Amino acid sequence: MALDPKSQAASALHRFGLGPRPGGLDAFAKDPRGALIADLGAPNAGQIRNDDLMTSREALLAAYDYRQEKKAERVARRAEEEQDRAARNEMAKAGAAAGDKLAMPAAPPPAPGKDDKPKQQSGVPQQIFLDEARARFDAAMNADIGFAERLVWFWSNHFCISADKGVTRPVCGSFEREAIRPYIAGKFVDMLLAVERHPAMLYYLDNAASIGPNSDAGRKRGKGLNENLAREIMELHTLGVRTGYSQADVTSFAKVITGWTVGPPRLDNARSGEFFFNEPMHEPGPQRVMDRDYDQPGAAQGEAVLRRLAEHPATAKHVALKLARHFIADDPPPALVERLRTHFINTGGDLKEVSVALVSAPEALEAPRTKLRKPNEWMVASMRAVGIRPSDVRPLVRANTMLGEPLWQPPAPNGFSDMSDAWADGLPQRLDIANRFARQVGEMIDSDAVAEATFGPLLSRETRETVTRAESRAQAVALLLMAPEFQRR
Amino acid sequence: MSTDGKRFSPHLATRRELMLGAGALFAWAYMPKLAQAEGRDPRLLTIILRGALDGLATVAPVGDPDWVRLRGDKGLRLDGDRAALPLDNVFALNPAMPNFHRLYRANQAAVVHAVATPYRERSHFDGQDVLESGIVTPGASDTGWLNRAWSAMQPADRVNPRQAFAVGPITPLVARGPAPVMSWTPSRIPPAGNDTMSRLLDLYRHTDPALAKTLEERGALAAIAQGDMNGMSPAKIAATPGVPGAAVRAYFAEAAGAAAKFMARADGPRVGALAFDGWDTHANEGADQGRLAALLAALDGAFGAIESNMGGAWKETVVVVATEFGRTARINGTDGTDHGTATVALLAGGALKGGRVIADWPGLSEQALYQARDLKPTTDLRAVLKGILRDHLRADEKVLARDVFPGSDQVRPMAGLTA
Repeated sequence: MALDPKSQAASALHRFGLGPRPGGLDAFAKDPRGALIADLGAPNAGQIRNDDLMTSREALLAAYDYRQEKKAERVARRAEEEQDRAARNEMAKAGAAAGDKLAMPAAPPPAPGKDDKPKQQSGVPQQIFLDEARARFDAAMNADIGFAERLVWFWSNHFCISADKGVTRPVCGSFEREAIRPYIAGKFVDMLLAVERHPAMLYYLDNAASIGPNSDAGRKRGKGLNENLAREIMELHTLGVRTGYSQADVTSFAKVITGWTVGPPRLDNARSGEFFFNEPMHEPGPQRVMDRDYDQPGAAQGEAVLRRLAEHPATAKHVALKLARHFIADDPPPALVERLRTHFINTGGDLKEVSVALVSAPEALEAPRTKLRKPNEWMVASMRAVGIRPSDVRPLVRANTMLGEPLWQPPAPNGFSDMSDAWADGLPQRLDIANRFARQVGEMIDSDAVAEATFGPLLSRETRETVTRAESRAQAVALLLMAPEFQRR
Repeated sequence: MSTDGKRFSPHLATRRELMLGAGALFAWAYMPKLAQAEGRDPRLLTIILRGALDGLATVAPVGDPDWVRLRGDKGLRLDGDRAALPLDNVFALNPAMPNFHRLYRANQAAVVHAVATPYRERSHFDGQDVLESGIVTPGASDTGWLNRAWSAMQPADRVNPRQAFAVGPITPLVARGPAPVMSWTPSRIPPAGNDTMSRLLDLYRHTDPALAKTLEERGALAAIAQGDMNGMSPAKIAATPGVPGAAVRAYFAEAAGAAAKFMARADGPRVGALAFDGWDTHANEGADQGRLAALLAALDGAFGAIESNMGGAWKETVVVVATEFGRTARINGTDGTDHGTATVALLAGGALKGGRVIADWPGLSEQALYQARDLKPTTDLRAVLKGILRDHLRADEKVLARDVFPGSDQVRPMAGLTA
């Protein structure tokens, strides 16, 4: 059942973009593929220009200063309490000596201790996190088509980190801006190198503290290797699970990247809060990884392994499958995966070429719309369609959490699922959010017009009727946002 | 938050701020000069029922010879467990409304039947536009009749500061316009979700069975968690098109009661508007016990809350309840009713000359029905509203015909509604 060209265009705009803004569909429909490719070709495609945002280094130092301040306050408070207690003891003793029990002060309230749990995230790290979240939502809301932005989200999820890990919270956004965004239309290997050397990733997967057993530091401190990052690079970032590497390869690779760490913020020197190769932590000597010897000096050794992993055929296949699964179908057509794989190999992992191959494939326009939109995709598309521009980002962050996709906080290093089933459970929560949106704008909006502008010929008769027959404008908006056309792409 | 140029309160700010909209109270705080000169201090509260209220199930013409033939056992009757409450020798009130019945017998409530706006199509949105804007063409105005009527009035010298409470996200159209609007937002959430949920399920069942299955399973559990449908099985909930429960009653009572509380104050607003959703009863209408009965019970509770919270001001109060249009005279194939034409307007308040059903009754015979399907409109709702605005608030009749309900010169204000 071939779709007519306008339906194909509408389908592609939802599949690869963030959903049309008013009027966007008509402009796009003239040349859907050309428009998608142009979205990637724009100068600085996928980048955020905002001088107010901190670099990762600035964010790490600011968060460190903030923690120090808090610590100092705690120490001062404890000293004060200690003094109070001593004074009370003195008084009590004096009172007892005088035989005047009434002079005993009442028992002091229990000092804030373990019950004094940290409240909701607050303070400097959370403020930086929210500023970054704001910038990310703005980029999505302002995007013309949103293909570049969707690729940012895809790669950011592929190379995910988590704000859950405390120290990474203030650098979640800067990680994405520094290590993901500049490379979405560049080479895979460059993104890989930027990601694995980024402080956020080095902290998140523990490599910052990984020490070669035979390094100076290893011998002195009796501490050692942490394989976390090495394993996830192979299993999640490049080759994919069960693609022929062994435990020995993981261990060797982990040794290769010992010394890849972050300059401690407390030192406040040129390396603080930045990647640096710390020779005394690095496992000396050559390593054998996947049947090849690496005897480069210093950080060049790890770089060589990463370059090899980037061009490994298993990586091409892994990336091809993930892209096709994310954009086209849970079980994508093998021909499409093969097409992306060959493009990846033939272009040396040129992500722009691979993305062009993706939107040029027949499936890009013709595949049935079976994927359930992920929560943030759906929320952003909804806001774009009905013209909601939130002035405060916090409710959006909370909504993401409620919908099961907390921003920059996936449950595990493999990121949020790309399978539709994983998101079905959140459907009632989506209805809740849709109702909120509808109550905000319902009366101001001609839902029939929004439906037409958003879907054109893709709109089913049933959805059209359901929206038209709603008992109020607000209900019409909620039903439209919840319609299968809006949920699937 | 801004939407294409219009400013709203922060988006998704808190649950409290969020979930309003439909029921927020909007009102102005000054009294009209002319009424004050007479030593009166009148209040007018307008309640819009969105979704089209079935007037025949609210105030049933049990004495009409065609009634039983039309509605059969789905129609209210004077006998049985759920006997309707008699109003006169033709009409009886839905048994879910004892408060309104008590007020009626105290001459403080009245019904206008076979009433309709000038709108004769059957779209909710357009119908609501005409009802609330007071203008015959749908979508032609951004202002409502209540606001225009109020802004045309001479405020008395004792003008209260027009300070606003926090302005809720959406002012009902009837209250929008040049006069400054204060608003207050109830703490409760208007629980309109069940009806939306059942419409959505219906859409999914026809277009996307996988989504339907998911929503049935998950949504039903969520509904139980909200406590509105305790004890019902998920399948039963999914099959029930939103029988409103305690949450709806509480919401109606709080929203209306709070409106009354503000309006009762010496320095409070004198005109207000509220909107309640949920009246679009296409399937399993449940006039005697079910969805509509539950909604009417909630509305009845709202009357009670207004009466008690108005206190001494009740004697100077008129409450008008109106809806965009009525529903089909016959029951449809799914035990509900479809969009119709004429319906009822409910009036209450101590300032009313009540105890009457005001109707130029068209009858329910085949020939009497409008387009052979709906109760025929014989009274223009604008006549009722103009009568109240003129006699209760002392609005100028020429202004009413020119600015408030433009083009309504031929529609004479209904006289004698208020004491």
